[in-house]
Amino acid sequence: MDLSPKQSSPSESTRFPDEVLERVLALLTSPKDRNAVSLVCKDWYTADSWSRRHVFIGNCYSVSPEIVARRFPRIRSVTLKGKPRFSDFNLVPDNWGADVHSWLLVFASGCPFLEELRLKRMRVTDESLEFLALNFPNFRALSLLSCDGFSTSGLATVATHCKNLTELDIQENGIEDLSGDWLSCFPENFNTLEVLNFSNLITDVNPGVLERLVSRCRSLKVLKLNRTSSLDRLQRLLVSAPQLTELGAGSFSEELTLQQHAELKYAFGLCKNLSVLSGFWDASALNLSAVYPACSRLSFLNMSYTALQSPELASLLPHCPCLRRLWVLDSVGDKGLEAVGANCPSLEEIRVFPTDPFDEDMLHTVTESGIVAVSQGCPKLHYILYFCRQMTNAAVATVVRNCPDFTHFRLCIMNPGQPDHTTNQPMDEAFGAVVKACKKLKRLSISGLLTDLTFKYIGEYAKNLEALSVAFAGSSDLGMQYVMEGCSKLKKLEIRDCPFGNVALLSGLERYESMRSLWMSACNVTIDGCRSLAREMPRLNVEVMKEEGSDDCKADKVYVYRTVAGPRRDAPPSVLTFSGL
Amino acid sequence: MGCEKDLNLEATELRLGLPGSTASAEPPTPSNISSNNKRQLADINPDSGFRSAAVSSSSSGDKKSDLDQSAPPAKAQVVGWPPVRSFRRNVLQQQAKKTATETESAGGNYVKVSMDGAPYLRKIDLKVYSGYPQLLKALEEMFKFRYINGSDFVATYEDKDGDWMLVGDVPWTMFANCCKRLRITKGSDARGLTSGGTGGL
Repeated sequence: MDLSPKQSSPSESTRFPDEVLERVLALLTSPKDRNAVSLVCKDWYTADSWSRRHVFIGNCYSVSPEIVARRFPRIRSVTLKGKPRFSDFNLVPDNWGADVHSWLLVFASGCPFLEELRLKRMRVTDESLEFLALNFPNFRALSLLSCDGFSTSGLATVATHCKNLTELDIQENGIEDLSGDWLSCFPENFNTLEVLNFSNLITDVNPGVLERLVSRCRSLKVLKLNRTSSLDRLQRLLVSAPQLTELGAGSFSEELTLQQHAELKYAFGLCKNLSVLSGFWDASALNLSAVYPACSRLSFLNMSYTALQSPELASLLPHCPCLRRLWVLDSVGDKGLEAVGANCPSLEEIRVFPTDPFDEDMLHTVTESGIVAVSQGCPKLHYILYFCRQMTNAAVATVVRNCPDFTHFRLCIMNPGQPDHTTNQPMDEAFGAVVKACKKLKRLSISGLLTDLTFKYIGEYAKNLEALSVAFAGSSDLGMQYVMEGCSKLKKLEIRDCPFGNVALLSGLERYESMRSLWMSACNVTIDGCRSLAREMPRLNVEVMKEEGSDDCKADKVYVYRTVAGPRRDAPPSVLTFSGL
Repeated sequence: MGCEKDLNLEATELRLGLPGSTASAEPPTPSNISSNNKRQLADINPDSGFRSAAVSSSSSGDKKSDLDQSAPPAKAQVVGWPPVRSFRRNVLQQQAKKTATETESAGGNYVKVSMDGAPYLRKIDLKVYSGYPQLLKALEEMFKFRYINGSDFVATYEDKDGDWMLVGDVPWTMFANCCKRLRITKGSDARGLTSGGTGGL
């Protein structure tokens, strides 16, 4: 048979013009889909590169800014995450790294049309913020979560120079709060803000300035005030901006006269579109009732900064028929959680934080009954974060029987290594029940007294697991081995205070390149083990953070991650980097 | 003036513990590293050693439960445990301090007020009232009841000794200094306390 020349080169006959391909690919927004597309062939890789608008970088050291700018010259939006998650709990030295400045320098020339920057656990200085404000003329949206290194002066430069700012989202950062003047730096005619979150800050902003800003910005949808914002201010702001969809109230404990209470309630009643409510630092029961009129469309209620009692929660919940996500403190007690089970049939996520994490007297606490009560009333539950001081295997088994759709199951029994308090047995069967029942489980955090059996269950059943967090658990290297062998989709593994050594570490040799990162601290890994790992796997960065006074051979904290950027050059002296290169 | 000077209970109180220590003091924990705000710029010491984590409660032999009340030893706080973000921990600590100072400051004496049958408690500042009539009126408004001669309601209070007393027996200032919480009872529960009349009001 005679093959015509056209048919022998298939790409010719099936080739889309680049513009069409880019248009089609532009409809794919998820990074996972885009990544898959880019692997199909060189044409598709190129088309994806030119048309990619948003890049998500889960570990800032996995790639260099030069590589990113070269591959995606037209990106508009970047999300960057820096330090390991355990830095949130003071386990990472302050000068560890993850400084955003080198990224900004490269992007200023390589991706000058950048509009959005979202940073998590990065170091950000005032100098960087100024550089950002001055070098990206189209810059619109800045979100800083759990970052540190900057002050309100940096915010002032952003407010001054970013003429088209639509989003300023400052959350849970280590910020040096010098004064509230930064808000006054927005020009008098500036009106494009859609998101303003300054709940992180303590110093008060000039009240007149805020009110004027809010009344000018007719597109403002998200407003999150700080702790020092009074109820009076809140009332005025609500009247001025009833279009808000997300509100973070400020202080909520002032004593109001009847008249003031009525006015506040009226103001809340004007807000027909609120779907998210948060803030409420220190709310009093009486004041909370002013919020009821705004709750009919509420889907997310975050009361985790105020020690609500069970009667207050029980009075509030019936006003929130559409609630899907709820965050509270354990001050609500099991009775409060019973109220949740009774009033929130659509609930999908609940997080219960500890009022006093170091309180040994159990004055504020929730127990196994609370979590069971929620599961009984909320069959759609798929996300739970639960801090408690006691738990039983039976209760957890009941919970997952009631709610088999968990994707995120994070249980923190606060006393390390605590057994089932009714049987004195390890909590192995609890987590065994979780992984057996919840086929969609992606994230798991375990606690309590746990043997290698827990890990055997995880390796055998948790086939969709992507993130695992382990503390004070396991009996031997086998534990970690079970997980490394069984959980093929694992992306993030963080381990602290477990008896896992070099054998365990090296059992994951084949896996680490498919994972974002591994953290092991206060385990039995040695420097030699890390060296071996680095030697075997040259495309991993193996870093050890040494603690003062520890043995020379011990690897106190180990952080391993895949990278195409080689070993990093900005590590402080306390961080040893091992590389096979 | 007031209860403290008259009775000086603390000096004569029998309790376990060293002289000079208060019953509620925590045994000193090794420097509160876990509650250290790493964000406090003044405290930055980049090379400060993070104490190696282990408090040895991970071994399976240790089954100490939280319910064990017999002289719990001082537990050294484990760095970074429980895993609560510094930001959240600092906020809650500040709020706890704020509530404590609010209740103890000379500027206010907040006491809880409960009423039988009411779903939740209230808090009032005794210092803002100049006498029993004002207090009474405020309570009436708060709980929507009428405290009149012959009604079933009786106001009682818990004093510094922990005893429940009838409101009105002692001069107002002494009461305002001694009172730790208020309770409004009704019905037969209250009758045992009344000493002919409305209890001095």
